[in-house]
Amino acid sequence: MDILPILSTLRRHKITAWLLILEIALTCAIVCNAVFLISQRLERMRIPSGVAEHELVQIQLANIGNRPDAAARAETDLAALRQIPGVQQAALTNQLPLSSGGSWNSGVKLEPQQQLDTANVVQYMGQNLLPTLGTRLIAGREFRPDEFVDYADAVAALQSGNMKGLPQTLVITQALAERLWPGRSALGRPLYFGQGIPFRVIGVIANLARPNMLEKGAEYSTVWPIRLNLTQGASYLIRCAPQDREQILKAALAKLKQLDPRRVVLEKRTWDEARYEFFQSDRAMASILVGVCVALLIVTALGATRSNILHYFQTENFLLATVGIGLGMVLSFGINLFLMTHYELPRLPAIYFPVGALLLWLIGQLAVLGPALRAAAVPPVVATRSV
Amino acid sequence: MFGYYLDLAVRSLKRNKMLTALMVIAIAVGIGASMTTLTVMHLLSGDPLPGKSAHLFYPQVDTNPTNEGSHAEPPDMMDYRSAVDLWSAQRADRQTLIVDSSIKVRVPGGKLPALMETMLSSTSDFFPMFNVPFQYGSAWTSEDDARHARVAVILADLNDKLFAGQDSVGRTLRLKESDVRVVGVLKPWRPLPQFYDVVGGRFSDGDTAGFYTKPEGVFMPFTSGLEINDGNFQQFNCWHPPERPGHLEGASCNWIGLWVDLDSAAKVADYRRFLAGYAEQQKALGRFTHADNTRLRNLMQWLDYNGVVPRDVRLQTWLAFAFLGICLFNTIGLLLAKFLRRSGEIGVRRALGASRAAVFAQCLVEAGVIGLLGGIGGWLLTLAGLSLVRRQPAVYADMAHLDASMFIVTFALAIASSLLAGLLPALRACRVAPGLQLKAL
Repeated sequence: MDILPILSTLRRHKITAWLLILEIALTCAIVCNAVFLISQRLERMRIPSGVAEHELVQIQLANIGNRPDAAARAETDLAALRQIPGVQQAALTNQLPLSSGGSWNSGVKLEPQQQLDTANVVQYMGQNLLPTLGTRLIAGREFRPDEFVDYADAVAALQSGNMKGLPQTLVITQALAERLWPGRSALGRPLYFGQGIPFRVIGVIANLARPNMLEKGAEYSTVWPIRLNLTQGASYLIRCAPQDREQILKAALAKLKQLDPRRVVLEKRTWDEARYEFFQSDRAMASILVGVCVALLIVTALGATRSNILHYFQTENFLLATVGIGLGMVLSFGINLFLMTHYELPRLPAIYFPVGALLLWLIGQLAVLGPALRAAAVPPVVATRSV
Repeated sequence: MFGYYLDLAVRSLKRNKMLTALMVIAIAVGIGASMTTLTVMHLLSGDPLPGKSAHLFYPQVDTNPTNEGSHAEPPDMMDYRSAVDLWSAQRADRQTLIVDSSIKVRVPGGKLPALMETMLSSTSDFFPMFNVPFQYGSAWTSEDDARHARVAVILADLNDKLFAGQDSVGRTLRLKESDVRVVGVLKPWRPLPQFYDVVGGRFSDGDTAGFYTKPEGVFMPFTSGLEINDGNFQQFNCWHPPERPGHLEGASCNWIGLWVDLDSAAKVADYRRFLAGYAEQQKALGRFTHADNTRLRNLMQWLDYNGVVPRDVRLQTWLAFAFLGICLFNTIGLLLAKFLRRSGEIGVRRALGASRAAVFAQCLVEAGVIGLLGGIGGWLLTLAGLSLVRRQPAVYADMAHLDASMFIVTFALAIASSLLAGLLPALRACRVAPGLQLKAL
């Protein structure tokens, strides 16, 4: 096909051509970045929690206040919960992976004298927590019952500087082990918290996500042999078969109310519900972005169609789209740089550029296909009459 | 003349209904998207206390004497001793301490089950400082603060739940195990954001929707609130773990906020000096180590520092305006095609004596009419968009409504953007050479 006549047409309708180019460029830039944002959200929503997702229910009661019998009450509650038919495991935990609200975090160091923290980790606590969560041990061992220390005793020991009263061991996630000692075994190695207080790693679990602040390392989790009661705002966590969850939640609530009718329930839900809620805003944002992309592509296609008024067809459209896409790539890169600085987004993967280009070429071609066919069907006599 | 152009514009738009519809839809969709996000942005980024916010300040001192963590910025809250020291000095026109905690609330002898409510422990200046509106009764007095009075002010929402919205002044509430007397009931009050409780925005990674929750249900004098809910307080951060969690008065933890009211630049400068002096004095006493790390931000600066507008909302606004931009490019192209198609007609008008300015004006009127139609469509789409926003899970969702000012902005933006889109095509149209066009007729 001879390209010169086309170029001369483009020169004649300079403004229209440039408008179309700019429109394609902007669309290309925005769609590339929006699709990237969507993929980021989807990726975030796919984070492995590391727990038996469909087998957990959580009940959180209001803090009963500091009472001497708080630990005994917690034991009574747990024993009662374990008696409910269908309950496989029960524990008290300070937090759950992927759930909104506060979380217990701390800096961790590799050397006792280190000034800055090596990583920020989340601290899971609770007796019998790992079997209840259903995490998978990949190295070392889980805690022995004699390793557990009451929370209050641990804090008292810390205040008085008596290191013997503190727990000595930790279980950490594979991701954290890899961050701290890349390529080496974590077992037996010391980790330092606070002002150089040492703890020894005795086990590594495959996955365990943080409750929130995922940007600090979604799976930088540590598990501590510390026994909790309701004074620390802990919640009951029950593991059971997926189909029993609703029923067991009801039975557990009834049992807890029966033990003390004056309690106030703050939270009662399955872990699936907690996860759904946690990602709600990501889901909303992703669907808004999808909507915008679709709308943009339609508007651009309409823009390309309108060029039929000036008789631009397949080749012209291809040329315009190419220039537009070229500009669009530069613009996408710019927008991505802006997002990287203001929204802490990673760099746009290179694959987005050719795929984006292909998509826009395709849309441009489809948009002008109809008008081009119609024009091609015009008999020469009619076409030349108005010249 | 304007009337005549209007008539011409309507005729011209009627001639090619398809093209007109395309342009109107493009503008309507762009306006609908950008006005929906702009309304949410306007709602979330507004000044919660217009006229007053410039006088309200949030003092910060670096209470953490250890080298742990970053000392680039002082912590967002203070420990008990620093907060109470600064408050007791009474160096500002007004000052109030604030701390939140959860508490079990019920009406003694009532049938309703106990509720968990958030309680703000504060001081009597809180209400006049923040223009808090009362429905019944009034605030407690500074004497009540001093003598640890068991009195409370409750929010309209809680009054509706517990007392069916009646005047409950003088009634008794049981907060945890203590009985307190209601002295005031607030009118429905919903500052956006709930500014006085905003802390820790820099750690939230842009997920700041929580700053827009409703105010606390119960307000109590600082002294008595701390007594009756002892053991249920949460720290912002600690440099040593508290001996007994929830009991923070003597602990190495930051958990109390302080707001001060300073109505002149001189007073602000004075207070800044006072704050620096206090930190120096505490350093001399061995309690602080980073004495020069103090801040005194006013309300809006504090909100900015905490980045209160959620990151997603800002992103959506950018996106919507880029979308509007693309819709405008589209409209420019369509208008250009439309005007140039009428080159013949324009040529005749020019030959009959119409000036370039007249042709230009006529074209712009036509663009404006499209803008007006697009504005109506955009307004309807904005209403639809906001109803979608209200169905989102965000805590501020229920507040997303189009107010009068945003209604006007909708039409202003629609007409302004259509005129902008019409500018280039109109310029081209008025430069049509009449001679050439007449020859072609």
